[in-house]
Amino acid sequence: MKRFWGFVVKEFFHIFRDYRTLLILFGMPAVQLMLFGFVLTNEIKDARIAVLDLSKDETTRKLTEKITSSGYFLLDRNLSSFNQIEPAFREGNIKMVIVFGKDFEKKLKKENAAKVQLIGDASDPNTANILVNYASGILNSSLLTMNAGQIPLQILPETRMLYNPELKGVYMFVPGLMAMLMILISALMTSISITKEKETGTMELLLASPLRPAQIIIGKVFPYVFLAFIDACVILLLANLVFGVPLAGSVFLLLLETLLYIIMALSLGILVSTVTNSQQIAMMVSLMALMLPTILLSGFIFPIANMPQIMQWLCAVMPPKYYIIIIKGIMLQGNGLAFLWRETLVLVGFTTIFILLSIKNFKTRLA
Amino acid sequence: MTMPENIIIVKDLVKKFGDFTANDHLTFEVKKGEIFGFLGANGAGKTTAIRILCGLSYPTSGILTVAGYDIYSQRELIKKNIGYMSQKFSLYEDLTVFENIRFYAGIYGLSKKEIEERSERLLERLDLQTARNKLIADIPLGWKQKLALSVAIIHDPKIVFLDEPTGGVDPITRRQFWDMIFETARNGITVFVTTHYMDEAEYCDRVSIMVDGRIAALDTPANLKEQFHVASMNDVFLRLARSKVTTEE
Amino acid sequence: MKTLRYIIQKEFIQVFRNKRMLPIIFVLPLVQLLILVNAATFDMKNIRMAVVDLDMSGSSRGIISKYEGSPFYKIVYTTYSVKEAQEQMQRGNTDMIMVIPADFEKDLVTRNRAGVQFIINAINGASAGLMNAYSTQILMSYNRSVMAEWLTPSQLAGIQVIQSENSFWYNPKLNYKTYMVPGILVLLVTIVGFLLSGMNIVREKEIGTIEQINVTPIRKSQFIAGKLIPFWIIALFELAFGLTLGKLIFDIPIVGSLWLIFLSGGIYLFVILGFGLLVSTMTNTQQQAMLVSFFFMVVFILMSGLFTSVESMPVWAQEVNRINPLAYFIRIMRMVMLKGSTLHDISSPLIALGIYAVVIISLAVRRYRKVA
Repeated sequence: MKRFWGFVVKEFFHIFRDYRTLLILFGMPAVQLMLFGFVLTNEIKDARIAVLDLSKDETTRKLTEKITSSGYFLLDRNLSSFNQIEPAFREGNIKMVIVFGKDFEKKLKKENAAKVQLIGDASDPNTANILVNYASGILNSSLLTMNAGQIPLQILPETRMLYNPELKGVYMFVPGLMAMLMILISALMTSISITKEKETGTMELLLASPLRPAQIIIGKVFPYVFLAFIDACVILLLANLVFGVPLAGSVFLLLLETLLYIIMALSLGILVSTVTNSQQIAMMVSLMALMLPTILLSGFIFPIANMPQIMQWLCAVMPPKYYIIIIKGIMLQGNGLAFLWRETLVLVGFTTIFILLSIKNFKTRLA
Repeated sequence: MTMPENIIIVKDLVKKFGDFTANDHLTFEVKKGEIFGFLGANGAGKTTAIRILCGLSYPTSGILTVAGYDIYSQRELIKKNIGYMSQKFSLYEDLTVFENIRFYAGIYGLSKKEIEERSERLLERLDLQTARNKLIADIPLGWKQKLALSVAIIHDPKIVFLDEPTGGVDPITRRQFWDMIFETARNGITVFVTTHYMDEAEYCDRVSIMVDGRIAALDTPANLKEQFHVASMNDVFLRLARSKVTTEE
Repeated sequence: MKTLRYIIQKEFIQVFRNKRMLPIIFVLPLVQLLILVNAATFDMKNIRMAVVDLDMSGSSRGIISKYEGSPFYKIVYTTYSVKEAQEQMQRGNTDMIMVIPADFEKDLVTRNRAGVQFIINAINGASAGLMNAYSTQILMSYNRSVMAEWLTPSQLAGIQVIQSENSFWYNPKLNYKTYMVPGILVLLVTIVGFLLSGMNIVREKEIGTIEQINVTPIRKSQFIAGKLIPFWIIALFELAFGLTLGKLIFDIPIVGSLWLIFLSGGIYLFVILGFGLLVSTMTNTQQQAMLVSFFFMVVFILMSGLFTSVESMPVWAQEVNRINPLAYFIRIMRMVMLKGSTLHDISSPLIALGIYAVVIISLAVRRYRKVA
């Protein structure tokens, strides 16, 4: 046992003496959290638009004002003809053009209907869609208020936004960020650390020592559990204190599940290290096969429910997906184990499979 | 009879790493065409000195002239005229024998024709024609060493620096390697070799022994053995090492 | 110059001989491209809705059937208890709840006013906004159809309506893949370029072959060029390959000129490779090099406009983006590929990239020393 702890201590020293690595391991989560919290968002704000107003009457002015004062839009310029639209889009800054036809007010009064053209730059289809829909909504609701009292029949919707009333983007990102970072630290670092020993040949030395293989692996991995866990706590703390991300559910459960996830990621890292001897390959595999899918297929940014069916099955084998569900559930919805036991079981299952596979690979290598 | 000129001149070479002095006012000359052994225990400062001579490291102070060029201002000219074989051999493991030869010959500026000729000659001399397309990773250590030496001199440099070239092989292979060194010297190339195998010191024309960053002895092997009244270079070294220990006590 | 040829030759041999790395460099990114582009979408295809109908009237059923008829919605749960519906949301089984209160129809008939409640899972703010917008639109169209049914023509006469005609240029079907492919291509090419170039030099440092190079008369510039050029070529090739795949499989438009794409790609890759080189001069082990590279990469990727739009970022962040090569290139790619922008249109980001390339490679070259 003493030997084992001696080994673990040596591993800690390795890591802590490597200032650059340490700086990044702790700095990166903080920086990314800041990024997501303050910088990145898929909320729409101040989108640049152009207006082609062929009527220039009272109504169109009022409507334009309603739109620009909504906070979603920023009037970049007024166009004077149709053929100015294309160059405006091509220059790249204008996201949407609103066209009011000629004699807008007159038509509205006479025929009770007038047309507005909403042209979105769909090279970014998501934004275009949102902008067009928001604009459309504003136009209609403006008309309602302008006609107030005249509409004989009205069905009014009242909307309540649950879990995230201010529609803050950061709520979505914190869970995903944690999933990604844990995988990075645990899987990537572990696989590299182990393959590094193999590359430099010191692994053989270790294997020849009285330490059992299991002890070697656990010893190598232990510091990263520690680091990853601290990182997770730091992120949670920052998210809560700086960004006000709630911790609606049990913190204890949250930490426990995080620990489970870390162990799962570590076992994955070990698995990767058993299939290659080269650091470079370990790194590329971890990055390509873990990192990118984590970001894109875990529901981090893109909701899984909207993906084609095949993709959804693919996502089902992505461990981060389940962790994200668990975290969102606990942090934002206040769910407990009662609602999350299925996902937890899946994580346990993954961990077991990875460990078993690693052991099998290890044995065949030694044989 | 003309005295062979000095092809390496070192005067008061000092190299410090922070507080630690690795080379402490080294002064020596190497004559053209000789096999000069640069001996000393591990950590005595040999590798540091040889790296400075090759232009891989800056001296803290001192005057050095290699192949007639000044180490501070004519570094690149020096590199054109020397060859180097490092402790780790530095042939690319994932390239074949031929590819390694072609690469190094190419970057030393040999023409295509020259490369072809010399590589054929080299392979023949080393009896490696059958291994021409084998990866370095797949050939035995002894072959690697010999190949590394040949590659280091493929461009006919004036001096070749060998840093601990014979580590890890059996005595017969070591002997064969030294045969190659002799031939190299016979062809007019000065050989500057560091080693901690004292028996190899016997093969050198002149030898310097470094102890703790200083040159403790510099002469032919025969003279040194006489000076210390011992029968082998190994004993010469032990005497020197022991005297260092006693002066410290 | 001849020496350069030999260096490049050696690098190519080493890359292609590395059996394990080859699939990772060539096959994996492209597989990723295929998978990820399919995954990346913000389309709202299946809004799951739980309905709490406390009225059970003709009107309430009318509303519900409007949603049932919409391809965007899927009624997953019907119940009389709001609490039950909320529990479903808590379990993650539904995205939103529509509550039609009791006396809905009565209110509509007697008071001409009635309300409907939407409770939306707002964890994903943008999706929630969209869900709200869509639901409101459907409700309004129901509103209009009810008015048409119940009101007399004279009553109808007083109502004014704005008909908005929506059109989407460059991507009329709002195909999100079209938007994502250029971005993901950039991403993959970047990863290959950045990591490989950085790793490569550090690897030589770790192994020791770099000393052998430093002893030779190879000039710094030749060595660096020899390291960069092969990867530049490989990465460009991947770009081409990825574009071809994108065209064949996703049928993405390539409206602008191809040579513009490759011109920008070439310049961009110099920046990226230069970056990798710079990192390699700052680190000693592959592990460090990888971590540092990764750190920068993630920050650049996230801020580049690939997943979230650049314009929504605070001004100070947009300033920081001035040193983000990815931001420039993604913008150029999208503009050229989707809108057919010309050299004139992209001149400013392109020039920025050019300057960036020169600066970064000079920095890296200066830092790389043949002498310790």
